[in-house]
Amino acid sequence: MAMVSFTPNIQRHVPCPDTEAAGATVRAVLDQVFAGNPRARAYVLDDQAALRKHMIIFIDGEIIRDRARLSDPVTAASHIHVYQALSGG
Amino acid sequence: MSDSLIVSTRKGLFRVARRSGGWAVESVDFLGDNVSLTLADPRDGRCYAALDHGHFGVKVHRSTATGWEEIATPAYPPKPEGLEENDMWGRPVPWSTARIWALQPGGAAQPGVLWCGTLPGGLFRSADHGESWEMVRSLWDHPGRKRWMGGGADLPGIHSIIVDPRNADHVWIAVSTGGIWFTEDGGNAWTQRGEGMRADHVPPELVHDPIAQDVHCLMQCAAQPERMWVQHHNGIFVSSDAGRNFTEITGVQPSAFGFPVAVHPADPDTAWFVPGIKDEKRIPLDGRLVVTRTRDGGQTFDILTNGLPQVHAYDLVYRHALAIDPTGDRLAFGSTTGGLWVTEDQGDRWTEITHTLPPIHAVTFA
Repeated sequence: MAMVSFTPNIQRHVPCPDTEAAGATVRAVLDQVFAGNPRARAYVLDDQAALRKHMIIFIDGEIIRDRARLSDPVTAASHIHVYQALSGG
Repeated sequence: MSDSLIVSTRKGLFRVARRSGGWAVESVDFLGDNVSLTLADPRDGRCYAALDHGHFGVKVHRSTATGWEEIATPAYPPKPEGLEENDMWGRPVPWSTARIWALQPGGAAQPGVLWCGTLPGGLFRSADHGESWEMVRSLWDHPGRKRWMGGGADLPGIHSIIVDPRNADHVWIAVSTGGIWFTEDGGNAWTQRGEGMRADHVPPELVHDPIAQDVHCLMQCAAQPERMWVQHHNGIFVSSDAGRNFTEITGVQPSAFGFPVAVHPADPDTAWFVPGIKDEKRIPLDGRLVVTRTRDGGQTFDILTNGLPQVHAYDLVYRHALAIDPTGDRLAFGSTTGGLWVTEDQGDRWTEITHTLPPIHAVTFA
């Protein structure tokens, strides 16, 4: 199963511990993660289930290309990082 | 008579109270977070705070006996596959809540009913204290909605919602930009209102078109709901027939430009405004912060300055940041530079509560 890690910045809003989940795409893996942590979903995805504008997802260090459908492939050995831009102020 | 205020700011929600020593900030919630708007529901005392977490999106929190809990955020329905709908800039209209710009309780006999206006133009209704929200599809699917445009923001948005105190099925909304819309059946069907307003920032064919009007704020007199006041991008307008027709109020000094309007709950001829220089500068004229007040339906205005800074003041007051209490005697407003003022005599004298808050988005009595 793939490992999913979330940005530390999201943790104060909604706890998102490292989670293992199965799936062949980012969408499939995240659907599993959010099934167990439903409140986290809207922090990462917008109303159309696309990746929020300033969120970013890496698969083994590579930025995903399909931010709308999250169709980028994932293997059982993949490590997915869900991060965001650090702008603020 | 209300002794407490809720102030929504760029860096938290501040509670302000009147004690024996006067008005003072008492506590802060969501410190560091962007609180864009708060509703204090007079029907049951619950508060609803809209937070904008930026990268993580917009969220809604509801007050509890001990604090706050996150509840549902109004969410847009799935965008139909293949639908092409672009905004005025040629970019796809996002079917996603970009900002919560209006929160309003339903009628007195509708406990738990809430209305919520958003960018990019979706109106939502909750029947269960915000546990769930349903988009008002009749308005979103109305052909006129697709002619709404961005005003100060890139996307159009619903910033004013008025529920008729006589009949809660009668609801008005105002859009920047898109004018005023009205339903008489609780939201099933909508018609445009607002004849008589004038936009001077559009081509001649659209100047008097009700859908082209950039209403900044729409308010109603609670005791005489036929009377409505509008602070418009282009000036001040008043209606005596529930928003069907408006008359422009001209000659208002120092300026007829601004964002908020407050209407006396019992006197339809009395209203307050906070003027600024039109339009892209948006600062008080000559660095003097003033409130204007009419008590004769707009024929004349008092320029209220007592207690307000008159030297190098560059405070701008947003459309939700001027509040009036149920008596009509107390008003409060907050500014983009963190100033907060209150009056207990309809504006004759103002008291500065603080000038060191974060930028203030909204002020409400609670």
